[in-house]
Amino acid sequence: MVDFDYQVIEEAAKELYIRALCDLPPDVRSALNRAYERETNPTAREVFKAIFKTIEVADEHKTLICQDTGLPIYMLKIGSMFPWNGFQIKKRLDIGARRATQEFPFRGSSTHIITRVNPQTSVGDGLPVIYYDFIEDVDHLDILMIPKGSGSENMSKMHMFYPAHGVSALKKFVIDTVFETGANPCPPGIIGVGLGGTADLVMRLAKEAIVRPVGQRHHDPDIAAMEEELEDAINSMGRGPMGLGGDITTLAVHIETAYTHITQNPIAINTQCWPARRSRAHVYPDGRITYGY
Amino acid sequence: MATHHLQTPFSDNVIRQLHAGDIVYFNGTLFGIRDLTQIYMFDQNHVPPVSLAGMPCIHTAPSLKKIGEKWEKICVGTTTSTRMDRFTPALIAQYGVKAIIGKGGLYEGSLKAMQEYAAVYLAIVGGSAALETLQIQEVEAVYWEHLHPEALYKFRVKDFGPLTVAMDSHGRHLYEEVKEETRRRLPGIYAKLGIVE
Repeated sequence: MVDFDYQVIEEAAKELYIRALCDLPPDVRSALNRAYERETNPTAREVFKAIFKTIEVADEHKTLICQDTGLPIYMLKIGSMFPWNGFQIKKRLDIGARRATQEFPFRGSSTHIITRVNPQTSVGDGLPVIYYDFIEDVDHLDILMIPKGSGSENMSKMHMFYPAHGVSALKKFVIDTVFETGANPCPPGIIGVGLGGTADLVMRLAKEAIVRPVGQRHHDPDIAAMEEELEDAINSMGRGPMGLGGDITTLAVHIETAYTHITQNPIAINTQCWPARRSRAHVYPDGRITYGY
Repeated sequence: MATHHLQTPFSDNVIRQLHAGDIVYFNGTLFGIRDLTQIYMFDQNHVPPVSLAGMPCIHTAPSLKKIGEKWEKICVGTTTSTRMDRFTPALIAQYGVKAIIGKGGLYEGSLKAMQEYAAVYLAIVGGSAALETLQIQEVEAVYWEHLHPEALYKFRVKDFGPLTVAMDSHGRHLYEEVKEETRRRLPGIYAKLGIVE
């Protein structure tokens, strides 16, 4: 093991949480701008103007876009040439999230499931959520941070359909979920859809779908076509920004897929609100950190 | 769609001029309330130490800090209203509240109270805490401090908005109208996607 200072991970974890809460990614900003250009409903256009004003205020004053600072999720991609000690990384991500909460300071939202006691740290047993994957021929650690707010997270849905239900049931599930959830997930945001895998993997796929930059399509042309088809369908529903009516109900539908069992046909939906917050860091073996989205 | 610039307190006459889909900005007083504030008021029978008559109430659990005797704002955002629906008719009828500000809307009973007593529901853009916090000029008072962050807050605001009139005092419910319109479109959407029902 190369001598690596894991304090760097702690700094990155803290900085990423704060950046994600205050600075909306450029692809989300562009998507909101494009949506505003297409919106014809006068009330909905006022909603968009308030959204732009909010982003402007957060930029100017370096403040939180939304008061819901969410639960911290760190998605790691570990380069094959990055010297890593998994336990140290886990420990430092936890400390970094805690420090962001207490040093900024902002409201911690994590709470005990039974006692409902909030430690005001944003973490606790099982938190932060940490996903990991590996990439070949890369020397850095890629950390993607998502502060997931509850307005949208509470609207998540999952169902194990049967193969006999076909693709038709999957599409209907997406449309019906958007219909039922209405204004709650603070539309227009990203609708993340997971298809395939196991019960747990399908929801992880949906979560990965919401963090893909808006404007990128799935690499499989058939899935990309399904994304476009569902996006157009949802934007013909008329629910509009904040469910108050209008042309734009979603910025994007993203689908991520995995193979599943011959007897299974699982789907999961994870919605993301219009402040589709995320931030990214690359940590290098020499301790350098670069930040992005 | 009209745009209204108002000053608190709101008279019945002003409220009756607001129609679903209109945009509202206002100056003056804004009270902050949440689940616990209203459980304390209505389930535990505590009368607010300040008059709410003619005033707007926003559904919020603000982040504030107390410096000496003075409360300073950190971040004030808005929460989902539907959880607090059952308190709303009494808030309007008993205490004369003229506007409820939140996201997601309220149900039929609240709409009826708004018709009978001249009140409105004003929808704020969810996720826009940065803007709301800027428009709050001062935390004038915090009543029932032991309930913080779900106490009773008195804010002074300037050009607070934009707010959309989502439920008016004439029985119109914008969220429901939009939902019904979508319901009407659903069969066509299913057909286009090749969905077999």
